[in-house]
Amino acid sequence: MENPEHRWHDMGGDAAGPVPMDGHDFAIWEKRVDALVILGQQRGHFTVDGLRRALEDMGEQAFESMTYYERWVASLNQNLIEAGVYSLEELGTKMEEIKARGDTYGAVQS
Amino acid sequence: MPHDHHDHDHLSASGHPYRKDNDGQLTYWQTMEIAIRELMVEKGELTPAQIQAQIDAMDDRSPANGAAVVARAWTDPDFKKRLLANGSDAAREMGFDIGPMHLVAVENTIDTHNLIVCTLCSCYPRNLLGLPPDWYKTREYRSRAVREPRAVLREFGVDLPANITLRVHDSTADMRYIVLPARPEGTDEMTAEQLAELVTRDSMIGTGLPKSP
Repeated sequence: MENPEHRWHDMGGDAAGPVPMDGHDFAIWEKRVDALVILGQQRGHFTVDGLRRALEDMGEQAFESMTYYERWVASLNQNLIEAGVYSLEELGTKMEEIKARGDTYGAVQS
Repeated sequence: MPHDHHDHDHLSASGHPYRKDNDGQLTYWQTMEIAIRELMVEKGELTPAQIQAQIDAMDDRSPANGAAVVARAWTDPDFKKRLLANGSDAAREMGFDIGPMHLVAVENTIDTHNLIVCTLCSCYPRNLLGLPPDWYKTREYRSRAVREPRAVLREFGVDLPANITLRVHDSTADMRYIVLPARPEGTDEMTAEQLAELVTRDSMIGTGLPKSP
C-alpha cells in the first residue's frame, strides 16, 4: 500500500497478521549468495548501504513475489555490475551457458 | 511452540523442512548466483576456497555463541559491566569475530523486558548468533513488533505481566542488539557451561525466556 509518510520497506507499525513461525534450512545456493554478499563488500565493491538501496528500490512487489535470497542475489548482481566487476552482457552469456549444462542446480555446477 | 510446522514428513536434523532447491528445476535466481560466483572466480576476485570458507564461518556461528556470552555475564559481574558498556568488545574478548558491527546488549531485569526487531529489513546480531530465523524477516514480525509487541510476544508463548516495562529496539545495519536475559531462579549452583544450556536463541531476541533448570 502506498503511504506518503514512509517507503514500503519501512514496515514498523503497519497492521499485519500473526507471525508465521515456519522455518527452513538454508539451501546451499542461499548460503553462497550470503557468502558472496559478504565477500563482495570485503572486496570493496559495495557497502551494506548499496545492498539495501538496491533491495529497497525493488519495491513492494519484489518483497511479495521473491524469496529473501532471490532479492539478495538480485541486489548483489546490480551492485557488482555498477562497480564494473563484470558487464550485463557477460552475465547474460554466462547464465545462458549455465542453463545449457542441465536442468537442476546440482547438475549445472562446473 | 515457536517452531510448529504444518508438514512433518520431511524434517531435517534441525527440525526444519528441507527445501527442494537442490534437485528441483533450476531457477532464474539460482542461475544468477552460479553466474556471479563463476564470473568472480574467473576474474580473480575470489577463489572457490574463499567462498567456501565464508560459508563455513557463517555455518559455525550459532546461538551457542551468544549463550556462552550470556552465561559468562551471569557468572562474571565485571564481564557483564563490560558487555553492557560495549557489546562488540566484550564478545571479541571471548574470541568471537564480530566484524565492524556495533553490538549493543540490553539487559532484562525484574521489571524490564527487551525485544529486538529490524523494521526496515533483517538486521540481526548474525556474527554472534548466526543467520536470523525466517520469522524475524517477515512483514508480520517487522510491522507488529513495534505496534503491538505484547501481542507478538504472546504468539511466542511469552505472556508479559502488565507491570513489566517492555522496550523494543529497532536494529540498523550498523547497530545490532542482543538481549541479555535475566538469570533464571534456582541456578545458583550452576556453572557457566551449565547455564549456557538454558539460554535459547529466542531468549536473546526477546521473543523467549531462558529455560528453567
